Amino acid sequence: MSGNDKLKAELERWNAGVDKSLAKHPERRKDFVTGSKAPVGRLYTPADLESREYLDDIGLPGEFPFTRGVQSTMYRGRFWTMRQYAGFATAEESNKRYKFLLEQGQTGLSVAFDLPTQIGYDSDHPLSAGEVGKVGVAIDSLADMETLFDGIPLDKVSTSMTINAPAAVLLAMYIAVAEKQGVTADKLNGTIQNDILKEYVARGTYIFPPEPSMRLITDIFAYCSKEVPAWNTISISGYHIREAGSTAVQEVAFTLADGIAYVEAAIKAGLDVDDFAPRLSFFFNAHNDLFEEVAKFRAARRLWARVMKERFGAKNPKSWMLRFHTQTGGSTLTAQQPDNNVVRVAIQALAAVLGGTQSLHTNSRDEALALPTEESVRIALRTQQIIANESGAAETVDPLAGSYYVESLTNRIEDEAWNYIRKIDSLGGAVKAIEHGFVQQEIQDAAYAYQMDVESGERVVVGLNKFQVKEAAPEGLLRVDPSVGASQAAKLGALRAKRDSSKVETALAALKAASKTDANLMPPIVEAVKAYATLGEICDVLRATFGEYQQKVTI
Amino acid sequence: MERTIRVLVAKPGLDGHDRGAKVIARALRDAGMEVVYTGLRQTPEQIVQAAVQEDVDVIAMSILSGAHNHLFPRVTELLAEKKVDDVLVIGGGVIPEGDYEFLKSRGIAAIFGPGTPTATTVEFIRTHLKR
Repeated sequence: MSGNDKLKAELERWNAGVDKSLAKHPERRKDFVTGSKAPVGRLYTPADLESREYLDDIGLPGEFPFTRGVQSTMYRGRFWTMRQYAGFATAEESNKRYKFLLEQGQTGLSVAFDLPTQIGYDSDHPLSAGEVGKVGVAIDSLADMETLFDGIPLDKVSTSMTINAPAAVLLAMYIAVAEKQGVTADKLNGTIQNDILKEYVARGTYIFPPEPSMRLITDIFAYCSKEVPAWNTISISGYHIREAGSTAVQEVAFTLADGIAYVEAAIKAGLDVDDFAPRLSFFFNAHNDLFEEVAKFRAARRLWARVMKERFGAKNPKSWMLRFHTQTGGSTLTAQQPDNNVVRVAIQALAAVLGGTQSLHTNSRDEALALPTEESVRIALRTQQIIANESGAAETVDPLAGSYYVESLTNRIEDEAWNYIRKIDSLGGAVKAIEHGFVQQEIQDAAYAYQMDVESGERVVVGLNKFQVKEAAPEGLLRVDPSVGASQAAKLGALRAKRDSSKVETALAALKAASKTDANLMPPIVEAVKAYATLGEICDVLRATFGEYQQKVTI
Repeated sequence: MERTIRVLVAKPGLDGHDRGAKVIARALRDAGMEVVYTGLRQTPEQIVQAAVQEDVDVIAMSILSGAHNHLFPRVTELLAEKKVDDVLVIGGGVIPEGDYEFLKSRGIAAIFGPGTPTATTVEFIRTHLKR
């Protein structure tokens, strides 16, 4: 009898005994499930892992298939980048918040833009009314960007910018600000989100239809591979897919399917896979089910490595690596008893660290109510610092590897994500699957099932459907001054009066001409930005050529 | 037979967070109501126009961008301009409780914050219809 056969016989005996005792000592529930509703067994043993080979499937850190992490020493070398997403009101106020965060020991910046900026409207556009400076900072032109980074040396920080449809314009502004500081583009470190596909399914800040949007993205890949080589040109995001209600498996599958679509588009545009793939980065969510989340990150790494090596024939090991940023799950925060969110965030942040994240944003306790106050942001950052310095989780590489449960969850998530990717391939790829509404429908079904489970009490959310207390309305929430819209509009008026309008017109005409050819659009966008053309003016030129996306509405 | 309640679920403003809007749309439908969902980025003008066209009993708006104090009252103003006084207007999303009173004074009958069971909203609609 082999070791495993012996184990299986022993397990059978043990299970029979346990089942017999259940009559007297029943388990808490009939079916146990993960946070994503996948079945959870009573016990995991080596018998659950016999279909996998250690060296092929798990391997060593820093080596294919990177299940154990993308670096050989992981956090023994240096901690992950602690990067809190922030920005609100005006460039002046956001600049102050960034300086506060850097003083508190944060190691990278992460810029939140307001919705008009994200959708390519100037602050004085009619659709911007009521929205200016609300969910992020309002940026209308290079002048605002100069204020935003005033006194922050761009060769010393890495900056992540959550910008998608107009990513090329904001990147161009960043390059121009750096130039004014005397920093050349090859010294710049950071990330633009630049992931349009998830905007169509989950986040909603699209402008142009898929085809020209994909062209803007591959133009950025090509431009940066030469001019801004250390820049992460895209952050392929599962975060918002999960926030929209997907399961952990769907988060991995739909994100990687989007990634496959970008790689295919870039190859089709004539780029060599190893020229751009090392600069692709990812962005995931971290929810409350600690083990499932850790397994999700490990499965995503293994899957991507296999996709890049086997499907796309990438040769550079850096092209195989899935590097990712994590944010804790906004949708898991409760407006009820908001201090409980500190504990949720700690568990989620620990999952991200045990899953090998490269950078991390921890949400603040009050974010189900409003933008976070400085005090709440400090607690969120301290949570990361406690995990890094006190928990011991950072002292060895991939500490949960070899856990029968975690490895078996990793395998399951990988297998089920492959099934989705095959399904999306059969629909013609991610762009087509989104146009059909397949991805949206899958996410909505999961979101609705979750809500029904909470309402039936099947799923317990502490403070929400169990352990409630009577609460007074929360006090001291952050409020954005509603006069931001007017002050931003006044700044725009002054800018338009002051700038050299013939230079602006020439630059916009050159961009318009280029948009009708297949020339790379980054150089004319950089020129337009430097002439102080506004974000809205630049996007209007592109809207005229490309048209606007019409949403596929499904419920 | 009881008349079927017609609801317009609307997303005013620029934010793309429509998980809540879609969940509520489905829950209202499962509760036997007829639901029209507008999709994202609707102006108050578009919302009121759709409400009149679809002859709805209820407008249920969801917003998470913080622009509620600007956009919600604009919808009730436009309804008043059109002399529509029998449509129930409710809202949901990330809206500080401190703003509830102001919104109520502008004709938004109720605000449902994060964590509200869908059954609560269904019950409110059934008991507060204006026609």
